[in-house]
Amino acid sequence: MGVALSRQAQRTTDRQEDAPLNEALLRDIVRFVEQVDSRYTEEAQLVFDEPLLWTTNLQASDFGTEYELSGSSVHSRETDGDGRPLLQLTPPVISVRSFSQLSKLLHLNNDSKTEGSATNRDPVKKILGRSFAMMDGEDPSALLLLNTVNEDGQSRETELKVKLFLILQQLDRQLLNSSVPQLSQKVRLSPAVVKCDVEMLKSVCGAGEKRPLKSVRYTSDHEYSNGCRSPPWRQEFGEIAGLIIEPCDTEPLSVTCSIYGFYLNMPIKQEGEENVKTRELYKDLLTLLKSKSPHFAESINKQHTLDVCVGVFVCVCLCVCVYSKSPGGGTGAEDFSESSSKSEEDEEQSERRGESRTDLPSEYWEIQKLVKYLKVGNQTATVIALCCIRDFNLAQETCQLAIRDGGGLEVLINLLDTDEVKCKIGSLKILKEISCSSQIRQAIADLRGLQTMVSILDSPDKELKCLAAETIANVAKFRRARRTVRQYGGIKRLVELLNCVPDSATLSAEQEKDVEVARCGALALWSCSKSTRNKEAIRKAGGIPLLARLLKSPQKNMLIPVVGTLQECASESSYRIAIQTEGMIKDLVKNLNCDNQELQMHCASAIFKCAEDKRTRDLVRQYKGLQPLVSLLSQTDNKQLLAAATGAIWKCSISMENVAKFEEFKTLEILLSLLTAQPEEVLVNVVGALGECAQRSANRIAIGKSGGIPRLVSLLRETNQALLVNVTRAVGACATEPDNMVIIDHLDGVRLLWSLLRKPDPDVQASAAWAICPCIENVKDAGEMVRSFMGGLKLIVDLLKSTNKEVLASVCAVISRIAKDKENLAIITEHGVMPMLANLTNTVNDKLRRHLAEAISHCCMWGNNHVAFGEERAVAPLVRYLRSKDPSVHQATALALYQLSRDPNNCITMHESGVVQPLIVMMGSTDEVLQEAAAGCVRNIRLLALANDKAKHFT
Amino acid sequence: MSEMSAMTKKMIQNLAEKLCKQAKHFNKTEAECLIRLFNELLEGQTEKRVGLGLDRGKFRNILHNTFGLTDDMIMDRVFRSFDSDNDSYISVKEWVEGLSVFLRGTLDEKIKYCFEVYDLNGDGYISREEMFHMLKNSLIRQPTEEEPDEGIKDLVEIILKKMDYDHDSRLSYSEFEKSVREENLLLEAFGTCLPDAKRTLEFEQHAFQ
Repeated sequence: MGVALSRQAQRTTDRQEDAPLNEALLRDIVRFVEQVDSRYTEEAQLVFDEPLLWTTNLQASDFGTEYELSGSSVHSRETDGDGRPLLQLTPPVISVRSFSQLSKLLHLNNDSKTEGSATNRDPVKKILGRSFAMMDGEDPSALLLLNTVNEDGQSRETELKVKLFLILQQLDRQLLNSSVPQLSQKVRLSPAVVKCDVEMLKSVCGAGEKRPLKSVRYTSDHEYSNGCRSPPWRQEFGEIAGLIIEPCDTEPLSVTCSIYGFYLNMPIKQEGEENVKTRELYKDLLTLLKSKSPHFAESINKQHTLDVCVGVFVCVCLCVCVYSKSPGGGTGAEDFSESSSKSEEDEEQSERRGESRTDLPSEYWEIQKLVKYLKVGNQTATVIALCCIRDFNLAQETCQLAIRDGGGLEVLINLLDTDEVKCKIGSLKILKEISCSSQIRQAIADLRGLQTMVSILDSPDKELKCLAAETIANVAKFRRARRTVRQYGGIKRLVELLNCVPDSATLSAEQEKDVEVARCGALALWSCSKSTRNKEAIRKAGGIPLLARLLKSPQKNMLIPVVGTLQECASESSYRIAIQTEGMIKDLVKNLNCDNQELQMHCASAIFKCAEDKRTRDLVRQYKGLQPLVSLLSQTDNKQLLAAATGAIWKCSISMENVAKFEEFKTLEILLSLLTAQPEEVLVNVVGALGECAQRSANRIAIGKSGGIPRLVSLLRETNQALLVNVTRAVGACATEPDNMVIIDHLDGVRLLWSLLRKPDPDVQASAAWAICPCIENVKDAGEMVRSFMGGLKLIVDLLKSTNKEVLASVCAVISRIAKDKENLAIITEHGVMPMLANLTNTVNDKLRRHLAEAISHCCMWGNNHVAFGEERAVAPLVRYLRSKDPSVHQATALALYQLSRDPNNCITMHESGVVQPLIVMMGSTDEVLQEAAAGCVRNIRLLALANDKAKHFT
Repeated sequence: MSEMSAMTKKMIQNLAEKLCKQAKHFNKTEAECLIRLFNELLEGQTEKRVGLGLDRGKFRNILHNTFGLTDDMIMDRVFRSFDSDNDSYISVKEWVEGLSVFLRGTLDEKIKYCFEVYDLNGDGYISREEMFHMLKNSLIRQPTEEEPDEGIKDLVEIILKKMDYDHDSRLSYSEFEKSVREENLLLEAFGTCLPDAKRTLEFEQHAFQ
């Protein structure tokens, strides 16, 4: 139906110029609205769920005594239940919330005659416009709501809404009957209209006896950007798309849609566009099909689809306003079956289900019977039925479907809204179990079950709280559900559940219940904490200190959800800091020693995430957490545990003190043994840890001696980015030992590293480039090796175009190494390395500055490169590097300036940039290299000045 | 009437001391409060033989208004259960002892109490007929249904299938106890005969203030 509506919208908006017709239409609507107050008094009082808004020329002075004026704004005395006025004008925007007000407004306009029909038309147009807009976005849900009205409590309000709906629908039919003939006369089709028609037909296709059509499909699946599907040379003749339609009673029809209309393709292909005119043209697909397929015509008329198709745009749009929210907590449910094509779909579904009913097991029917008693039973019968449903194996899909198909989910969720504690408990016990199915979870969320469960968390009954929290824990496995929990204040309530006193040795019965409540709360928070905004909400609700307190609990079933939540939240830096400052590291380490693998895994995983921070790494060492981490490495069967433990070891080994400890526990050997036959998530961490350990020379040698290098080099052929980043780091670290370098070279490892420079991921590029540096330094005949890589030098120079600072710095570092070989320096100069380096000099990134200056100083060694740098204006920016706070930048810069100062023009530029002052300071540095370079540079400048003086004296 | 209302403070205290030993869940002060409440309730009673205690009508009123019970038959059975000496009046002793289970009973006590209530003829079994009798109003009658009792019969069968472990078509006390221990919700399987938490709290607040 939504399709038909948007089509209608399309037509109307497409043809704004059809003024007379539109005006007639609007006149009719206006007349209707004006009469509504007197003809349908009660219905007219009904308050819209959302106001109609439009801009108007009306002024405050136009309003009479029934309205309250304040300045230029006006609001009505009549208000809705919440005290909001039914009409409100804040020029130029006016909002109206009921039909009676709308009608009064129109009367008002007529009386004053100031605005005349112009204003009258205006609001209605806006109503339509707004409705169309709503149709686009909210169509499916709107229709769903239309299909559902209260089943049990058929309140007065609901009745009124139904009446209003019917009245509006009647009006709409009248309007359409009068306007459709006119509308369809001069239609020129557009691709959008065709699309709508096809979608609409598709929706009535299907299996079964009553279906009007077998199938509808396009001849071409490709849709051009203009919305047409015909090839461009056919589009010239006005064709839009080709269709194959299979009616039930005739041969498949091949139909062409063109801007002139729809026509049947002739069995024998004819040529040329004039055929279009000789064929019988139809204004729309329905007419065509009706004339070709009697079965279609019959079934479509029977089902009132035509009415629906041609659109009930006004009524639906207004009803969306009325229905967009069902009253109170109750769910809506009455059928508007005759008026909506949606119900046809439902029927079809139930028919389809009917076909497969024969293979359903007896449990299915027994459960459905019990669900029936749930619906018609009083509290006693309901409790009996609930208990009996629980006797079935609810983890089984058949049983879950039986509950859902019988409408049981709705009843179960409605029971949560009652005052009967026993019914609520019974219902939640079932919901808790069936929510292990993702379909059921979705359905519970759709039925607004989460909202009710969140409110149950306030109940004084502890068992009820527990069950609600546990069910939330199960349902909140997907993002929308987690958001709902947050939006309805669930996070705050769940955090409140955590407030209990678990640490006293002996607990009273009541305290034990409190602990259980806290455990269930933690379970729910664990599920919810998978969304970033929920993590923040937990923190804001004061959850962190409560979690820290529960972390001291001796019970494992409490610790698992608590640590699970913490490790989930540790992705946020605020939590990482809190875990450290609230003293949770100690408890996490303590639980690494427990005998429960799940708990150990979560603890290790939390340490993994937190140990990015140095203080945390130190704390893990202080609390003697390193040894238990290493002993976890023996759990090679539990890959999740292994991944968490290796991850924690990796991050902890960033501190060299920890690496020393790890050496004591012979960690390196174990890590090396884990390099084979492990899943990627373990490998990434193992290699990461090896990379960190290899920062110490002893470990590097050990890796080489125990034969770890070939395995590492072979990992360079993997594709996982995180793994590649770690492997390159590890290989690079190993390459600093000449003995290892021989093995790497032998395995052609440098070529593998070099080929990684071609990967699109900048992290991999940078890491590979860093690893290449020690390789070039330590391999024999480095120049020859580098030259042997086809296109390798061009590749490295091209990487200077990267926008990633880390890549640039690493590539500069590689270039300085390459440039030590004169032949290679000549080649990269050919490839234009000079202007590219010069281009980068304006950076403020100290790491890049250092390596860039280094690269420049090495590149100056060839030919007139030092002159070229001056011409590329690289000198003045370099001088500014001397003001950097990083001493390592100073050394590299001074060296580069010394090289550049061999050219008199560069000396002038340097002098003008004020180089002398900082250089003189650096000459006093304790760093001899820096001293020497600074002095050399000053000397060159001074020599030039002297020569200049001399020249002056001669002239 | 004069006899009861003339009870001196001393007498109430002595009585309370005696009763709170028998009814374990109340302390002496609470027992005193309940005795006073009992006396107040008696004052409203017009019948002559007030000395015997609360009559059936008065007691049912309390069950209905204060504790929210609704089913006539169940309320009758609750009266019988309170009236341990079967004299059709609730004496002050029966009142305090009954309320002890009614308000604060342990699960064991409550299972015993509920079974007593549901065993309509007192033969030690809840029979198929008794179940039918107690559940006959538990389903909303559908006007379209040809056999309105069919649903109830079916419900009874479902319960027997669940709780009748020895398949003798009736529930013994041990079967009832076993089922309730497995699933506490089944405690009041055949009709509400205990006050809910909210009403209990309200009553205690009112009585023990």
